[in-house]
Amino acid sequence: MMKAKKSLGAVAAVSGLALTLAACSSGDDADTDTSAGAGGEATAGAATVWVTAGTESVLDASIAAWNETGNGTLEMQTFENDPFKQKLRTAVSAGEGPTVFSGWGGGGLAEYVKEGAVESLQSALDAEPELRDRIFPAVLAGGTVNDEIYALPINGVQPVVFYMNQAVLDEAGVAAPTTWDELMAAVPVLKEAGVAPISIGGASKWPYLMWIAYLTDRIGGPEVFDAVVAGEPGAWEDPAIIEAASMIQDLVEAGGFVDGYSAVDANQGAAEALVYTGKAAMQLQGAWAYSGTYSTAAADFVEAGDLTWTTFPEVEGGAGDPTNVTGNLSSYFSITADSAEDEKATAMDWLLHGVMDDQYVDDLTDTGAVPPISGLEDKIAETDAPEWNEFVYSISEDAGNFQLSWDQALDATQADALLTNLEQVFLLQITPEEFAANLNEVAQQG
Amino acid sequence: MTVLATKRAEAKPRFGPPASLSVPALALFGFFAIVPLIIALGLSFTRWNGLGSPEWVGFDNWVTIFSDPAIAHSIWLTLGLMILSWVIQTPIAMLLGVFLAGHERYREILAVIYFVPLLLSSAAIAIAFRNLLDPNFGLFASGAIPFLDQNWLGDPDLAFITVTLIIAWQFIPFHTLLYQGGARQISQSMYEAAALDGAGRVRQFFSITVPQMKYTIVTSSMLMMVGALTYFDVIWILTQGGPGDATRILPLAMYQTGFVANQMGLASAIAIVLAVVGMTISLTITRLSGFSRMESQMEGE
Repeated sequence: MMKAKKSLGAVAAVSGLALTLAACSSGDDADTDTSAGAGGEATAGAATVWVTAGTESVLDASIAAWNETGNGTLEMQTFENDPFKQKLRTAVSAGEGPTVFSGWGGGGLAEYVKEGAVESLQSALDAEPELRDRIFPAVLAGGTVNDEIYALPINGVQPVVFYMNQAVLDEAGVAAPTTWDELMAAVPVLKEAGVAPISIGGASKWPYLMWIAYLTDRIGGPEVFDAVVAGEPGAWEDPAIIEAASMIQDLVEAGGFVDGYSAVDANQGAAEALVYTGKAAMQLQGAWAYSGTYSTAAADFVEAGDLTWTTFPEVEGGAGDPTNVTGNLSSYFSITADSAEDEKATAMDWLLHGVMDDQYVDDLTDTGAVPPISGLEDKIAETDAPEWNEFVYSISEDAGNFQLSWDQALDATQADALLTNLEQVFLLQITPEEFAANLNEVAQQG
Repeated sequence: MTVLATKRAEAKPRFGPPASLSVPALALFGFFAIVPLIIALGLSFTRWNGLGSPEWVGFDNWVTIFSDPAIAHSIWLTLGLMILSWVIQTPIAMLLGVFLAGHERYREILAVIYFVPLLLSSAAIAIAFRNLLDPNFGLFASGAIPFLDQNWLGDPDLAFITVTLIIAWQFIPFHTLLYQGGARQISQSMYEAAALDGAGRVRQFFSITVPQMKYTIVTSSMLMMVGALTYFDVIWILTQGGPGDATRILPLAMYQTGFVANQMGLASAIAIVLAVVGMTISLTITRLSGFSRMESQMEGE
């Protein structure tokens, strides 16, 4: 009896996983009960909306207004990122998903499309091209799989930019780096001045991605990573990717990153804190760092004008257009294919005419976000942080290419392997060639 | 003697509650432990990304488990964590437990302090240590004590031992509690007899306290070792298995493979390995120690 009890710990650990799996394994029956069976009228139904946290206030207002118009009803539930990914996958697989769900486009969306789990929005948008064409092309492309639109943007564009502590740079006599060589030259000067050149939240792994994504693009252009996404054999072993990884290692060896960077937690704002406390001079991070951390945790620093920003440095002799940016395009709404027709009709109507209507765009810009919609220059100029917002808006709209963050552009298996291997590049545990070869192997298995 | 005693026990007719009373427990155990285990076993022969339907791939996942260097690394780390946890936690917990078994006031006050980590959730412990050890804003970041100003969680060579020590800090109080209870069970008369025979404190500890706590040691060791197979939350919050794969023990590998990389088949195979190793360890310890017989050591010898 004691034996059975002691083994229980291990069994429980396993059954935790297995139970979750068991819950999803009924996926094929694709029975549309819970969410879908409730509908009544033929044209407009009660649609459910699942969304990740961040845009609730805007969506709440939009849904409240929508429910008053009588074109069906919407009900929203908000989730945190990581639990959401699992819950959504399980629910959709079991045919119990919501009518509308948010995602990040790219490879994640493609997985759902491949399983026939999401509804195409192409024909509805073709009927109203003006709704389609106002969206930044690069952002629309993030919701497009195999030339069909499956998802529409719901919040602001978030390109990755270079943040700088201008006071620290001035004191060290360093100008904002416009080329990679200038950046490398600034490293010893800043170290001499007693500050870390670059802050990075390495413990969270994903901040590493921004460096390899930008460098690869600057060296070889967007085609290099496009080939990876397309699954072309040997795509990871492109010379541009290997060179990008070795440039990262040069920067690490030169002491470019703050001491202990591999233990700095990006999710708790520690990487930004290093910049605004003057311990580090620069940081490469997504636009969310401005509204999420700098302007809230260090309002004085921002108001004093000490926070400045620029685009990622150019790489001399590189094939990539220096206006290219990478980052998060937007979050997107998609409609599940399993939902009842009346719910889909309501959802489609709302996605086209509710989300990103004038009021929605106003609310969104009020929260400090920059919507991926053309012709908003005047609105952006009236926001609380016009200089910042104009910068984000213009680099996003004028980008030669807007590359979706690599981990989101790839399927989950490759993304996980990429994060682990890239971390080892930053820790100098593997060579650039090994990095490329390891990922090639994972890509071929997929 | 032992053999005889066991036989006699078996020969006796058994009295006690009817076996049917165990049905509810067995049914729950079967439904929540055995059935999922079987499903996981089935899934371990498939490739499945969590969407759509699983695709049968035969022994592919099992070949991966026994050939993939990353998984082999995770297995070594798990074994290392298990052994290191035992080596660090057992002596400390035993000494503290025996010390706290006394009934003096000051010992009880100290006991309250020692047991504080028991009251904290794993997540709180992990977040607290993560901030204390932050290389730039943490407790030792000022550099006042150069030896302690290390990149504890970010250096691949240090992270594993750091994590092990934090886990020890979290679990030593629990095992201390077990040893305290065990030590209090020991009859005072044995110590008196030993004192009459001229045994000093150290001799009494090794000749009476340790042997008398044999079953406490077995229980505590088993909980520690099987527990090491399930450590997840603390490590996940502290390092997410990093830096690199320096702290990616098997439960983390299982989670990341299953729920981050969406390879449910391979993750199920890892889960099965964990279950089998856990059961093997607990069965082995039970067998080797004669734990299941539970005879008293008061008489004989």
